[in-house]
Amino acid sequence: MMWQIFRDNFGLFMQGLGYTVGVSLLSLFFCLIIGTIFALLEINPKRWVRVIGKIYVEFFRNVPLLVITMFFYVVVPRLGVPLSGFAAGAIGLTIYTSAFIAETVRAGIQSVDPGQMEAARSNGLTYVQTMRFIILPQAIKIIVPPLGNQFINLVKNSSVLAFVAGFDLMYQGNLIASNTFETTTTYAIVGVLYLIITMPMSYAMTYLDHRWSGSVKEEE
Amino acid sequence: MSMIEFHDVEKYYGKFHALYHINMTVEKGEVVTIIGPSGSGKSTLLRTINGLERISSGQLIVNNFDLADKKTNMDRIRKNVGMVFQHFNLYANKTVLQNITLGPELVLKEPKDQAEEEAHNLLDLVGLNDKAKSMPSQLSGGQQQRIAIARSLAMKPRAILFDEPTSALDPEMIGDVLNVMKKIAQQGMTMIVVTHEMGFAEEVGDRVVFMDQGHILEDSKDVKAFFNKPKDHRAQEFLSKVINH
Repeated sequence: MMWQIFRDNFGLFMQGLGYTVGVSLLSLFFCLIIGTIFALLEINPKRWVRVIGKIYVEFFRNVPLLVITMFFYVVVPRLGVPLSGFAAGAIGLTIYTSAFIAETVRAGIQSVDPGQMEAARSNGLTYVQTMRFIILPQAIKIIVPPLGNQFINLVKNSSVLAFVAGFDLMYQGNLIASNTFETTTTYAIVGVLYLIITMPMSYAMTYLDHRWSGSVKEEE
Repeated sequence: MSMIEFHDVEKYYGKFHALYHINMTVEKGEVVTIIGPSGSGKSTLLRTINGLERISSGQLIVNNFDLADKKTNMDRIRKNVGMVFQHFNLYANKTVLQNITLGPELVLKEPKDQAEEEAHNLLDLVGLNDKAKSMPSQLSGGQQQRIAIARSLAMKPRAILFDEPTSALDPEMIGDVLNVMKKIAQQGMTMIVVTHEMGFAEEVGDRVVFMDQGHILEDSKDVKAFFNKPKDHRAQEFLSKVINH
């Protein structure tokens, strides 16, 4: 039964899977850039810069993803900027997730011993050089495992595209379920396909976490 | 020529008055030790000199730059004034050699091979050339501190600030670090050393400054006389406590 549904709708399932993976990767790429920028704003020595970073992060972390996405799907086109469902979903997902990534990156940077910053500045390095050569390389090891969790959340949250006709896995699942009336089977397949993406990531993160936390202990 | 001049410097942390009315001039080539009880403002005073702490009022001139002036580029001051920390603060993600060459390469724009050659000479000076490829975490505290001294020397600074360089070390490591500092002092480096090592202050220092509760209470160029019998009664009390055990 399950196999038959899957076979009959293979094209749609695969298209959905492709869109889900695609939007996740696209969104991840921009999230990492935007998130790191706002993390650096949040720890900037200048107060007003920190305030800008804090406002962005707090705002988008505390507004539902669906609200942000609908804003880009419904409101922004009315203001004269036409956006497809996929684009609106991708933008919403990116902005929402970047706020969480900013917090993760900020926490990672701040967990680096402040003595490293003082030493590098005393050594004549500029703030930017210190970040680039001393602080960020040390922060990355701390940041990657929680960042993996954010990426898993990102994949799952990409199901928001179903609400804005984004042709992702969840959207196709809805479509197949309403065409075939086989709701249980269809959503079970959708669930399994999500797991096929997220489970390996989850295992990879656990592996990295163990390996790196092990090496940190060795160094200490 | 004076290297560092404090004129009526005050430092507040919020309402806490950390430094009172500091007036002090350090000449080129002088080795000044600053002693006093914990919380007396010694480290704060030291950290104002390379701008890790900003002064609240007064005038502080380092290497002819006015640190109270907002337009003064702190990076230029720090290029010329090295600092050695209590907890070493070697770059944890860099090898010993990279710790020493990073500043010269990035700040002084030295070519890599020149920076490395100089780094090896400095490693010879501190007796750790065999550790060039080690990571800081593989070294003992005393070794890390000697590397930290080499790192600050690599910038060819006009002066080096030492913030309790031996306080975090096991007793048997202290001698090696003090010996390196003595060598540098003999080469004519301007040094300001916050320390609890009274022997070092007496033997190597050209001058001793006693601080308590944010005040400079005694500033003596006759180091022997100071350690025999300081004029200030709080300095007498402090020395009797430190030296008698």
